[in-house]
Amino acid sequence: MLVLLWTDVLMWLLLALVLGFGVYAARHEHLREPWGRVVRHPTGVVTLVILGFFVIVALVDSVHYRPRAEGQDQQSTVAHSGETLSLLDAWLTPLREREEKTYSEPFATHLYAKESIELPDGSVVREFPRLKWGGAHLADPSRERLADIGLTALRALAEGLLVWFLVAVIGVGWLGRLGGRSFGGQWALVWRGETPVPWRAALLSLAALLLLCFVAGELALKYHILGTDKVGEDVFYQSLKSIRTGLVIGTLTTFVMLPAAVLLGIMAGYFRGRVDDVIQYLYTTLNSIPGVLLIAAAILMLQIYMANHQEAFNSLVERADLRLLFLCLILGVTSWTSLCRLLRGESLKLREVDYVQAAIALGVGHARVILRHILPNVLHIVLITLVLDFSGLVLAEAVLSYVNIGVDPTMNSWGNMINSARLELAREPAVWWSLTAAFLFMFTLVLSANLLADVVRDAFDPRIRQSR
Amino acid sequence: MMAYIVRRLLYALPILIGVNLLTFVLFFVVNTPDDMARMQLGVKRVTAEAVESWKRERGYDKPLLYNADASGMDRATDTIFFQKSLKLFSFDFGASDSGRDIGYDISQRMWPSLAIALPVLGVGLLVNISFALFIVFFRATYIDFGSVVLCVGLMSISGLFYIIGGQYLLSKLLHLAPISGYDTGLSAWKFLVLPVIVGVVSGIGAGTRWYRTLFLEEISADYVRTARAKGLGERRVLFVHVLNNALIPILTGVVVILPLLFMGSLITESFFGIPGLGSYTIDAISSQDFAIVRAMVFLGSVLYILGLLLTDLSYTLVDPRVRLL
Repeated sequence: MLVLLWTDVLMWLLLALVLGFGVYAARHEHLREPWGRVVRHPTGVVTLVILGFFVIVALVDSVHYRPRAEGQDQQSTVAHSGETLSLLDAWLTPLREREEKTYSEPFATHLYAKESIELPDGSVVREFPRLKWGGAHLADPSRERLADIGLTALRALAEGLLVWFLVAVIGVGWLGRLGGRSFGGQWALVWRGETPVPWRAALLSLAALLLLCFVAGELALKYHILGTDKVGEDVFYQSLKSIRTGLVIGTLTTFVMLPAAVLLGIMAGYFRGRVDDVIQYLYTTLNSIPGVLLIAAAILMLQIYMANHQEAFNSLVERADLRLLFLCLILGVTSWTSLCRLLRGESLKLREVDYVQAAIALGVGHARVILRHILPNVLHIVLITLVLDFSGLVLAEAVLSYVNIGVDPTMNSWGNMINSARLELAREPAVWWSLTAAFLFMFTLVLSANLLADVVRDAFDPRIRQSR
Repeated sequence: MMAYIVRRLLYALPILIGVNLLTFVLFFVVNTPDDMARMQLGVKRVTAEAVESWKRERGYDKPLLYNADASGMDRATDTIFFQKSLKLFSFDFGASDSGRDIGYDISQRMWPSLAIALPVLGVGLLVNISFALFIVFFRATYIDFGSVVLCVGLMSISGLFYIIGGQYLLSKLLHLAPISGYDTGLSAWKFLVLPVIVGVVSGIGAGTRWYRTLFLEEISADYVRTARAKGLGERRVLFVHVLNNALIPILTGVVVILPLLFMGSLITESFFGIPGLGSYTIDAISSQDFAIVRAMVFLGSVLYILGLLLTDLSYTLVDPRVRLL
């Protein structure tokens, strides 16, 4: 049975809107030009490929359903088990269900801590017990492990290369048909890096990504490639699940505040006078409250509300999801002011433009002028803000979760991973893998977002454009 | 000048009233004191008497806005709104939910916060500006490109990792500084070293990039071309002309955050166990002490508005082109 979570719906809606805007922008020269510059920049293309991978994982993780409970007889009303899963969960079932007892190192075959094991002859020894799943297929781990890892990785590399080759051939063939060239000619053109869009960079980064995915995937079936955490859950699985949380916070925050920011910003700039005063007062007031404190206060209030209205939530997942949405909302409240100010300034300018003045002179109503002439011309600011704010919000999530005012503790997120692992470095020997995993995933995502943001900013900044 | 300051202060008043109303609505209307009491006392198995006595002890048993039972002025003053919200304007923060005097705690705890925030700001400025000048000096070379990439990389690391990494590297592996803790008086310095280093390093990425763009903007200005036309060397142009002129935006950017330094840093202080206002706020959040959170929200807004006021004043002081009218 399909379960519609609020953030799922909003994520897909946002995807549809961005795609819709893409189509709209492709038809309008003044929008196509700067975005085209983003796509023609090698850094832009590489980061788009990497971010695309994150987005796909997040979207697959955004389709939730409740599986039929097993063992129920079919005649009675269809019973569903209590847990809500996503498509990603179903796909990663091997990772999800292979829980160990407690910590284990990446690629380990034995547990992190010694345990008393009773031997068949009745004597008891303290030893590192074998893992239930990690490397369980090996008879003698100390001898076979490295060879097995190497062979598995090699096979995965071959598979990855094959898939990449297929994608590349299809892609280049399609490009050649579009350009009316022969396949060989197009292939040479791409390979020499002479296409306007740097397809070579795109294909190379895709290759790196695919190889990495295949190696990680094949190895993850046999080992815990990033170790297991305190309760024995696979850290690689947690990191993958956290992608969605990070992306939801990073994109939905800007998205949910959009209606208010766009409406108020345009109104302030368009109507000026009293309306402008009131709106400016509104955002100065909100802006003057330190963001973290406002979030803390709001989340505390939400906790009280949830504690007193427990009956309103069907499942833990729904509850965590609502908290996530609320966090996006409240983060939006603290960050919408800058967008509102930008839109106000832009509408102030647009209002004086000839075609708007002409429309007003011809007696077109305010609503129509705003919808037809002002809104389409400020939309690009919205999309730029979405890109520029993204990385900061992903980082903010980690900090807030650390302070316990972020996402629900039951939800997978990098902040929660860091929070639960922060004392593990003090152990002897140090448990470093949870932190490293969170660091690697966050760093990749935020770094590509930052690099893309730079490219986008350069593409839209007329001052930089002139100097080139 | 005086008239300008007074007028700006009067502008600030409506904003503070707005903040005050907002916190009042958030803390007392969205969830009633009853909800708060139940949350504090444990949601299940809580008796009506326990809720009542919890509210009475903390003064939450009054009506919200208008007290019909009282007489005279008390009708307006003997209410939650007056006692808990309006009194903030006179910096009378009252008692926390656990019974301590918030005003006293704040006055004690802001000094450790300042002891970390000021060195971080000062050393950070020095490091960032020097690094940015270095990059700008080698602009459009591979040094420039490499440094910018380095900055973006540093920016992309969460502040939490800087702290965890710093503690692990400097304290656990190298034993250079204590991991956390604080001491009174001057002997606190050895506890301050690590947080300050971490604070400065974590700010390098964003700070240097910001100052780099600032210098690059200055460097294309007309006066720089004039200076070069006069035959001045690149070093003199950059370190005298550009730096002097860039000081105006740098200064005003610093002034705006000066008052907020009192608030301290939430994460740093709680990680390093420093008894400042940041860890005070964190403790209040985790023990759900609403009186403290409310006081800190108000204090933060006051300091923020003060920062804006100081910025405007400093503009008029350093840049004679800006007039006070």
